[in-house]
Amino acid sequence: MKHRLGKLFLLVGLVAVIAAGCGDDKKTTTTASSGAGTSFAAGTTMARIQQAGRIKIGVKFDQPGFGLKNPTNGQVEGFDVEIAKLIVAAIGPNVQIDFVESVSKNREPFLQDGTVDMVVATYTINDTRKQVVDFAGPYFVARQDIMVKKDDTAIKSVTDLNGKKVCTVKGSTSEKNLAAKAPSAEVTLFDTYSQCAEAMTDGRVVAVTTDNTILAGLVQASSGAFKLVEAPFSDEPYGIGVKKGDDAFRTFINDRLEAIFGNGDWAKAFEKTLGAIGLKTPAPPKVDRYTATPPAPTTAPASGGSGSSSSSSSSSSGSTTTTAN
Amino acid sequence: MTAPVLADALGPRARRKVLIASVVTGAALAALLGVAVQRLVDKGQLEWARWEPLTQWSVLKFLLGGLGDTLRAAFAGMTLALLIGAALALLRLAQTAVVRWLATAWTEFFRGVPLLLLIFFSYSGLRQYGIDISPFRALVLALALYNGAMLGEIFRAGILSLDRGQTEAAYAIGLSYWQAMLQVVIPQAARRMTPAIVSQLITLLKDTSLGFVITYEELLRRSRSTGEFFRNPLQVTVFVAVLYIAVNFTLSRIARRLEVRQRRRLGAGAIATTTGVEDLAVVSVSAAAAVRDDH
Amino acid sequence: MDVVLDNLDVFIAGLRTTVGLTLLSYAVALGVGIVIAACRVSPIPPLRWAGVFYVETVRNTPLTVLFVLFFFGLPKVDILFEPFPTAVIVLGGYTGAFVAETVRSGINTVSRGQAEAARSLGLTFPQVLRIVVLPQALRSVVGPLGGLFIALTKNSSIAAIISVSELVFRTDNLANETARAVPVYLGAAVAYLLVTIPSGVAFRALERRVAFRR
Repeated sequence: MKHRLGKLFLLVGLVAVIAAGCGDDKKTTTTASSGAGTSFAAGTTMARIQQAGRIKIGVKFDQPGFGLKNPTNGQVEGFDVEIAKLIVAAIGPNVQIDFVESVSKNREPFLQDGTVDMVVATYTINDTRKQVVDFAGPYFVARQDIMVKKDDTAIKSVTDLNGKKVCTVKGSTSEKNLAAKAPSAEVTLFDTYSQCAEAMTDGRVVAVTTDNTILAGLVQASSGAFKLVEAPFSDEPYGIGVKKGDDAFRTFINDRLEAIFGNGDWAKAFEKTLGAIGLKTPAPPKVDRYTATPPAPTTAPASGGSGSSSSSSSSSSGSTTTTAN
Repeated sequence: MTAPVLADALGPRARRKVLIASVVTGAALAALLGVAVQRLVDKGQLEWARWEPLTQWSVLKFLLGGLGDTLRAAFAGMTLALLIGAALALLRLAQTAVVRWLATAWTEFFRGVPLLLLIFFSYSGLRQYGIDISPFRALVLALALYNGAMLGEIFRAGILSLDRGQTEAAYAIGLSYWQAMLQVVIPQAARRMTPAIVSQLITLLKDTSLGFVITYEELLRRSRSTGEFFRNPLQVTVFVAVLYIAVNFTLSRIARRLEVRQRRRLGAGAIATTTGVEDLAVVSVSAAAAVRDDH
Repeated sequence: MDVVLDNLDVFIAGLRTTVGLTLLSYAVALGVGIVIAACRVSPIPPLRWAGVFYVETVRNTPLTVLFVLFFFGLPKVDILFEPFPTAVIVLGGYTGAFVAETVRSGINTVSRGQAEAARSLGLTFPQVLRIVVLPQALRSVVGPLGGLFIALTKNSSIAAIISVSELVFRTDNLANETARAVPVYLGAAVAYLLVTIPSGVAFRALERRVAFRR
């Protein structure tokens, strides 16, 4: 019994060693390349990051053009990543960036509990979200559009989606816009847009709807199998999420955004990433330095799957605003 | 291979019939396999270009790193679950009624809810109380709570399955309750329950794949991103399924080996009274007759 | 707790889907399990091999991986099922492997003499199995089969990842919408316990009723 147990422990130990050896590369680390060694007022987020020499940033890992993890080298690539690097470069030239994967539904919690210092993840600015987080920017304005298969001619606008199988992502503004504009669409919900694209390839759904930029990346990746309908039905200003009430950090990011809009770095980042997947470089948007938190919107948030209680869930989400900090 | 249990030695006529049936069913199965392969070929799924990324070292390293993360979570979860299980089993056999009730309620709760719910709970739920929990820790916590309750039941069944005479004899030679537990009851119960414990641990290992819903970058999540990147999701998923099968199959083989040797040493009746000697699940089903969830 | 009471219809709708999914999958699992168990004890070698292959592959693959393989994999060869039927097939097929092992262990508890006596009466192998062995075998494994039912109820939650709007899918959405994860998930846990605990009691009662008094 003794030596058998010994063997079991040996086996278990071996497994542990292998497991430990395989290491923790969940986070992808990059160092910002340029920038001046500015000094910041004590107690600000910038000073803390400068002090620590590292920052945690939430980005998407599966969004072509914005944040896509390359499995061959472990790096995250895209426009959001470039913007993040440009901002961090202004905090300090040697600040290390840990990119943390954030899917649509965990962006607010990540900011609230400090898992990340900021979120640059195709994050639409809206009043519901402003109740719990604050936004710098916008640094880009996307528009919600529809992607269909190349040979589809039946879908020309959002109202054509009624009664059709449409895919979008859980907890996204696209889900809510879709529910508002095409209430009788049959909605399939996944965690990521790449699953939606796969579902459309497989013939499970006839359309995918979200921001045109995200769709552009998916169209590009489909090598001609998908196309954009080009009937945008909403403006989606992408902002940089920071912890609610961190106004100094927000102002700092806004200043920095205006600087890179002006000096051409923003356009370069765009050309390098979104330009490469076929988007024309637009004029930079105008930064919105809002001062007061707007009232919570009264429209019901979309509920998942089939039509569950939108009225009751809106009342409960209304009460959220009082408890959220 | 298992011999057919129901038929004794067959006569010449029956042997001929079996032979014919074998050829027919064999051909049918081969035809089925052929159709499947043909289908894969027709749809271009066997083209080398789709499998080639799986031969690149960087891709394999990425996936094996995921296997490492899977094993890391499984190992941490197992350790905690065994501790929780042992504690629960002892508490449920405690002499104070309140303690017993509390331990029973705890066990019934965590055994009765889906692991996926516990994973969401320990990730999103704890976050709302301002506890910054990493996906790894959330996954391990959920695995430990769920499997701890399962293992607690297995341990308890093992202890209860021992002949009362063992405890009585231990008391008779002057051992205290805890001495009897630790020196007489638990060693025998643990030995008796090894197969059931191992199969629960294999279940735990498989369940780590649920970590992908909270962005823990284990094997399955990495296979999804690899499949998206190279646009060969089917091939990568098949590869990953084979990896899982290899690991789990090896573990259950080792467990079976241990158990057969033990049986030889202790004599056939000592573990369980089934005729199927080699199979783990068979033994765990009957040995853990008091354990309801054998999965 | 208001958030649960205000959205009680979400929980009820989710629970209904969960129960429906579980019952259908369990029926599939029993069918698959009995057939595979019969294959594994049959005198025909290719059937035995196929049975072993099925049980070993399915049992050693995580259910999550099977879901991904069926939902995202099969369409690559133009086999497409809606999310709900996919869930029934995957859950039924997966649980079926465990049912097969359980039934086989039940078959092993039926004494050899029974089968030999039946054969000497001139029954063929399928007849021996159907008339003599299986009825006794199934009675002896009611307990473990009940355990599998409960495991299946809990496993049905994994269908959430393929957009089946069962209890976990709906409550996860609700938790995200309302940002009140704790009461919402607790409500879901209670809903599951409302199924799992009574089923445990029911199966134990059934087990006592059909048990042999030897």
